[in-house]
Amino acid sequence: MTWLNSHPLTFLVFAPAILGFLILALPHALGRLSRMLGFMGALAFFVLSLAWLLGHGGGADISERAPWFTLVGLPVDYALGVDGLNLWLVILTTFLVPLTMLGTWDSLKDRIGTFAAMFLLLETGMLGALMAQDLFFFYLFWEAMLIPMYFMIGVWGGDERRYAANKFFLFTLSGSLLWLVALLYLANKAGGFNPAIMGQAASALPFGVQCWLFIAFAVAFAIKVPLFPLHTWLPDAHVQAPTAGSVILAGVLLKLGGYGFIRFAIPMFPQAALHYAQPIAILSVIAIIYGALVAMVQRDIKKLVAYSSVSHMGFVMLGLASFTVIGTQGAMLQMLNHGISTGALFLLVGMLYDRAHTRMIADFGGVAVKMPVFTTFFLIVTLSSIGLPLTNGFVGEFWILNGTFLSGFSWGRLYASIATSGVLLGAVYMLWMFKRVFWGPENKDEDSGTHHLHTDLNAREIAVMLPIVVLIIWMGVHPRTFVAVSEAPVTALLKEAKAPAPRTFVLKPAVHEAPAVPAAQAPAPREGHAAEPAAHEVHR
Amino acid sequence: MNKYYWLIPVLPLLGAVFNGLVGKRAGKGAVTIVGLGVVLGSLLLAISAFFAMKGMPDHRLVLDYGEWMATGALSVPFGLVVDPLSGTMMLVVAGIGFLIHLYSVGYMHGDEGYARFFSYMNLFVFFMLTLVLGSSLVLMFVGWEGVGLCSYLLIGYFFETDFAPDAGLKAFLTNRLGDLGVVIGMMVLFAAFGTLTVSDILTQAGHLAPEVGFGVLTFATLMLFVGATGKSAQLPLYLWLPDAMAGPTPVSALIHAATMVTSGIYMICRLAPVFTLAPITMDVVAWVGAATALFAATIGLVQRDIKKVLAYSTVSQLGYMFLGLGASGFAAGFFHVFTHAWFKALLFLGAGSVIHAMHHGAPSAHAQHGQEDGAHAPSDPGVSPEQDLFKMGGLKAKMPITFWTMLIATLAIIGFPGTSGFASKDEILYLAYLKNPALWAVGVVTACFTAFYMLRLFTLAFLGKARDPHAYDHAHESPATMTLPLALLAVGTVLAVWLGWPKAFGGDFRIEAWLAPATTFGQLHGAHGEHGSHQLAWALASVSTLLGLGSAAFGYFSYKDGLAVSAARAAQFPFLHKLLLNKYYVDEGVELYLLRPIRWCGNVLWKLFDVIIIDGVGVNLPGALARVSGDFTALLQTGRVRNYALSMALGAAVLLYVFLK
Repeated sequence: MTWLNSHPLTFLVFAPAILGFLILALPHALGRLSRMLGFMGALAFFVLSLAWLLGHGGGADISERAPWFTLVGLPVDYALGVDGLNLWLVILTTFLVPLTMLGTWDSLKDRIGTFAAMFLLLETGMLGALMAQDLFFFYLFWEAMLIPMYFMIGVWGGDERRYAANKFFLFTLSGSLLWLVALLYLANKAGGFNPAIMGQAASALPFGVQCWLFIAFAVAFAIKVPLFPLHTWLPDAHVQAPTAGSVILAGVLLKLGGYGFIRFAIPMFPQAALHYAQPIAILSVIAIIYGALVAMVQRDIKKLVAYSSVSHMGFVMLGLASFTVIGTQGAMLQMLNHGISTGALFLLVGMLYDRAHTRMIADFGGVAVKMPVFTTFFLIVTLSSIGLPLTNGFVGEFWILNGTFLSGFSWGRLYASIATSGVLLGAVYMLWMFKRVFWGPENKDEDSGTHHLHTDLNAREIAVMLPIVVLIIWMGVHPRTFVAVSEAPVTALLKEAKAPAPRTFVLKPAVHEAPAVPAAQAPAPREGHAAEPAAHEVHR
Repeated sequence: MNKYYWLIPVLPLLGAVFNGLVGKRAGKGAVTIVGLGVVLGSLLLAISAFFAMKGMPDHRLVLDYGEWMATGALSVPFGLVVDPLSGTMMLVVAGIGFLIHLYSVGYMHGDEGYARFFSYMNLFVFFMLTLVLGSSLVLMFVGWEGVGLCSYLLIGYFFETDFAPDAGLKAFLTNRLGDLGVVIGMMVLFAAFGTLTVSDILTQAGHLAPEVGFGVLTFATLMLFVGATGKSAQLPLYLWLPDAMAGPTPVSALIHAATMVTSGIYMICRLAPVFTLAPITMDVVAWVGAATALFAATIGLVQRDIKKVLAYSTVSQLGYMFLGLGASGFAAGFFHVFTHAWFKALLFLGAGSVIHAMHHGAPSAHAQHGQEDGAHAPSDPGVSPEQDLFKMGGLKAKMPITFWTMLIATLAIIGFPGTSGFASKDEILYLAYLKNPALWAVGVVTACFTAFYMLRLFTLAFLGKARDPHAYDHAHESPATMTLPLALLAVGTVLAVWLGWPKAFGGDFRIEAWLAPATTFGQLHGAHGEHGSHQLAWALASVSTLLGLGSAAFGYFSYKDGLAVSAARAAQFPFLHKLLLNKYYVDEGVELYLLRPIRWCGNVLWKLFDVIIIDGVGVNLPGALARVSGDFTALLQTGRVRNYALSMALGAAVLLYVFLK
């Protein structure tokens, strides 16, 4: 037990893979046992992650670091760490894995044991990437993640699974190759893969070189997010992937893109990141609106949800590009929100598909009559997705929009105002779909989807949805639980990056009054700018 | 008691959760007790809180329940504020809300979704009270969006029909469009004031000079007003409200007449000191209000669905309220909210009582979507028979309580001297005249139209001969759970005048002084009322009242003998009649010029941009090129040593040439 006490992160990262390999060694005939084993294991990892990470002095950093090996003369560290930036993403991962296993219990019929093993291997990849504090180590996990996901899509996917799996793999890989070159170049300059040292080394380089390095990092991460126009692998992958794959893809894998920015790309190349904040913001705003417009005209519910991810993740990137505490914190929360809400939507679409064997919107109508419980859950998750206040979606979007509006960049106000339309468009595509699928007269057509619906949700499915609903409300009513730990690191990060001071409006006081202007809008040194960034942003 | 006041909004929420989760199994009795009980409990607590607030020296009761969404410089507490404005509104919501819940017990008695209905209604009361009491703009926005959600769910209550889902969707999305304005407005206010807590904003606003021209606050208030046009159904976002009549009638009374649709006015009153700083916004508010009032009234002239007439009437009356606000008459506008809540709720519930009566005689199976023809009157496929004014008539004899209470409400809405409607409308028209006589003229013309269509409705429903004898024979007075609320609302309609009898006619318009702590926040001085005179007020009131009564008489005589007179008149102006009957074809225009292009846009982006440009040219083309070049290179891999030797030799020759050159 003493080893465990000093290496909790190592255990959390590698135990799933070890269990996964064990399951692979089991004979095929024991598929049901393997599935149960995998689920129980994943559940245990979730409980352990809660106990260790949250129980550990309430969010204090935990880390493990040791020299590992040298790569062409450059030392690579075995370094894992959990801090304010990744704590909740780690827990989201350990939470979603068992939940998804339970939610898709009966969805697959063949090689269910192997599937459970792939799932556990994927969990190791994701947790490793989230916790790695050494860039080469991170790179290994980042690429390792692709393999189980490739198999999940390629083996258990839909009719065009091979195209989708290849596209997913090659798209992601091509982005990371460029990134690997940049990584090796910079590691050479820094003499290692420690992100902090690499960041220092980068700051000594000419600005143009910093920019190229940032772009190499950013493209790799932006593909994962995915940021417009690098998103086209996503709809194919989602539609072809089995439900469990879609949930994890949306719930965790996309988050790694945003996480990559906040953990590596921005802190390591702050000047370049500030330099490219506007292009990123433009692409984010396009993604928000473009994703929503395209989602609106989809005929397949799953593809609709996939395009909605493009729109929602656009909000995350916009928040990061704002370089304000409010916007960045909003992005942190929005990542969790998207993991919960979109993950839940994919689960629900899967439950519908398992019964009706179709996902086309036109095949449904009047589902509410046949499946009232399912309809209620779908509605609640829909409301979370469209950002209704008191659900999680609202808080994230509101912070991101406010943060962007306050941003020190001159474009902040305009882009925030344009991005607001995403809030409307989100309601358009979600509720229009909801109306066509769930409301209206029952579709009595013999081969319609509605016709094949015989049972409402069973106890297992309800057990999967309940914690999601609890989280949706919890995150909407008390978001501090989930973002309090990231407040300090985000504030420090933005200060290090020398983010421009928030822009506030200066109002004209009445003439006869003494200039008793409140602190929040004290006379500014430069026109239109707050006196001091700290006064406005950090005083909480 | 203070520590229980958080239950004012939360109690209905608990009721909603109970009715939604276990209501169906618990049975109708339990649903009724819980559904009514929580609203009654909320009302009693609200009364207690109201008097507690009156006891405070500054008439403000502030309740704080900790932080909600704080990060960076943003802090949004869960806080409730009871002051004269929110206190009055809170009593209206809980009081009228309770009466309508009571009425629903009878009205929804036979409906399968009884528990679901009360769950949504309770939820609505929760969100509406949150909107009213919220201490910050964000918490108000919670209620603002939440009532929109409940409105959506209740309009779509008959979800298995064709049209209710469409109407619900339209309502939600139109409201969301307006809400974008609210979000942008909040962002601007936050960037300007550094806080979104209402009292902090108002305190700071008190130190500011009014904006000359178009400034930050003008922009912010205009954006907030966009939200108000959505929620309160003003031009151009009014389109959803008439369709919202697809919901059950108690919903129309509570949400789409008495409370939710007045949120826009309430929000502007709440931020009155900020709006006062933006004269351009005030002009826009006044003119949009006046234009809406007139526009909707003209459509109301020819509708034959009893609920549609009342819906356009609501849009029109809301326009009056905005006209009052725009003329700096925050108290006058809010007073009209108050009186309108009573008489319009009464009108809708009376209409519901009529529909309830007609329904039992009508051959159709469902209260909301019967399409079968009645016996004698000409049928219109778009109007269900039990709501068709053309098939009613003579109901006075069958439904005395409904008749008398409806009469009281009708007199109030047409501004019959001495009624509460007269008092509130007269104050608005007076202030409108002071701002701009043209606004007053629009208001008076609207008042004439209002008097006409209301008398038309009243005469067609209750007087004259029955036009559908079958339905008439089966019609009967509604049960006590329905008539009692009618009677209580009628009492309220009469008594409401006490709060604001105009000064010109010997009253003291006490609502103005009462609201002053909230609408002026202690910093502004009387913005109006100083210029005019009592003579002017008398003259204006005489003109508008005489014209209104004349129009009312015209309406009565046009319809007292049935439909012949009006049909002949319609035949004289076929184009105009058709234009009004089809509501100026605005819905058709929106579909053709707005919705279709947007869908087209989505399709083009998807099929052209995503599939062809990015995927085709950007992804698959390089893929194909790689494959082709791979195939080509593979041709070179012949496996014959002499070919390799040859290429090596060639390569060496090239290298030698390059290096030796």
